[in-house]
Amino acid sequence: MVTLSRIIKFGWQGFLRNGWLSVSTIIIMILAAAVFEGLILFNVAGQGAVSSIQEKIDISVYFKANVAEDTILNMKRSLENLSEVKNVEYVSREQALEIFKQRHAEEETITQTLAELDTNPLLASLNIKAKDPHEYAAIAGYLDNQNLKEMVEKVTYAQNQVVIDRLVGLIDTMRKGGITLTMFLAFVAVVVTFNTIRLAIFSASEQIGIMRLVGASNSFIRGPYVVEGVIYGVISALVSFFLIIPLVSFISPHLLSFIPEMDLMGYFTSHAIVLFIYQLLFCVILGIFSGIIATRRYLHI
Amino acid sequence: MIIFQNVTKTYNHNAVALDKVSFKIQPGEFASIVGRSGAGKSTVVKLLIAEEQPTKGQIFFGTYEMNKLKANEMPEFRRHIGVIFQEFRLLAKKTVFENVAFALEVAGRPEREIKEFVPQVLDMVALRDKMLNFPAELSGGEKQRVALARAMVNRPDVIIADEPTGNLDPFNTWEVIKLLLKINELGSTVILATHDKEIVNALGHRVVTLENGKVVKDEENGKFIIG
Repeated sequence: MVTLSRIIKFGWQGFLRNGWLSVSTIIIMILAAAVFEGLILFNVAGQGAVSSIQEKIDISVYFKANVAEDTILNMKRSLENLSEVKNVEYVSREQALEIFKQRHAEEETITQTLAELDTNPLLASLNIKAKDPHEYAAIAGYLDNQNLKEMVEKVTYAQNQVVIDRLVGLIDTMRKGGITLTMFLAFVAVVVTFNTIRLAIFSASEQIGIMRLVGASNSFIRGPYVVEGVIYGVISALVSFFLIIPLVSFISPHLLSFIPEMDLMGYFTSHAIVLFIYQLLFCVILGIFSGIIATRRYLHI
Repeated sequence: MIIFQNVTKTYNHNAVALDKVSFKIQPGEFASIVGRSGAGKSTVVKLLIAEEQPTKGQIFFGTYEMNKLKANEMPEFRRHIGVIFQEFRLLAKKTVFENVAFALEVAGRPEREIKEFVPQVLDMVALRDKMLNFPAELSGGEKQRVALARAMVNRPDVIIADEPTGNLDPFNTWEVIKLLLKINELGSTVILATHDKEIVNALGHRVVTLENGKVVKDEENGKFIIG
């Protein structure tokens, strides 16, 4: 107990007396923590963008005007049983007309033309969404069979195939790119911070030698540096967390206009505690490990 | 009791620093180890404080056999000795009080003892009024007195001084030597490695003379004579 309280005291003393060395180490750690936090948020935003794009992809099957509603609903059920399919939405001819009218309410020529028609020119359709965008091709293949040909007027996949494939490619690239960038930047942040702390301790190598000669045990020498690392970590996590708040509130509205589903500020406020804990753990673990590994070299004096 | 038995130390397989050196130092003795630079004085000190291991031969330090000293026994062993160096080796980020207290703190001594002993020892070296200063704010003589206070606060069995006056003016040199004599009177063994002829001759204690890594003379009430 006495030893532990002394180790904590020495760690705190070292932190206070290192002055500019402490400040510069903390600044580097704040940058590392901000990168870490930024990466988490970047991935959240990226995921938002990806799922927003995914939501926009679907296949629509338009049925000929003479196909009975029951037949279409049977078809809907059999599609829903496919493992690739997430959901199927039925749009009847009447609903299709309503939607069309609403969408073109402002355009007089269209509304007038529609009013003059006796019959509903629009077709009933099934809008199919896949669980994974890669599976649209398989679903399209299922729809492209002889039995259905008589009922089906058209399948949009054939028309949109190029666009869908491109979107799927874009989603894959964003995912892979996000992971690579995250790993790379996290690695850079860790290496820079680790080296800064190592340099700070390198300047203390002579002091470590003296402590050994006076009869200090390894834990008595290393302990204070680990405590110092923890202090660096806690301060860095706190400061970087409060620095990122204005940054998120600045970026969030811009992002929202770009991807309506992505409310970064909303995500940030609802996950604030979890995000802070992540950051705290990241910084504290970084501080502790840097302290342990950096003192290892000088403990064999 | 410290015993060197046929101790040889070579560096890089061929540079012989000590060659079959044997001597004994009794508890309570004041022994000077003298010789030119490169004679092997510093090697003797390094072996004594277990900074180096002998290549051949045995060293006994009280109940410790130095050749068999394990890494985890080292801190405990070093609390039995107090060391002072030419370059002081103080902890720069700690105050005078904290430097001296550190030797007690690493030994796990209670706060009450630290608060009692440290000012007493600082009184002995006449530095009580500087106990809140940092080493950078002290003169060379004051720094060496802090090092002395740190070395003796643990009441070690042996004080080892490696050229303790090398960086000091004549006045401070004698202050340090007087303190070493005082520590010796209080019961600690003192081993002084030096090349300062004047000090050795004035002391009138035992002198072990090294030359080219060998003991060439070992006399009670010896003089510093190198041919």
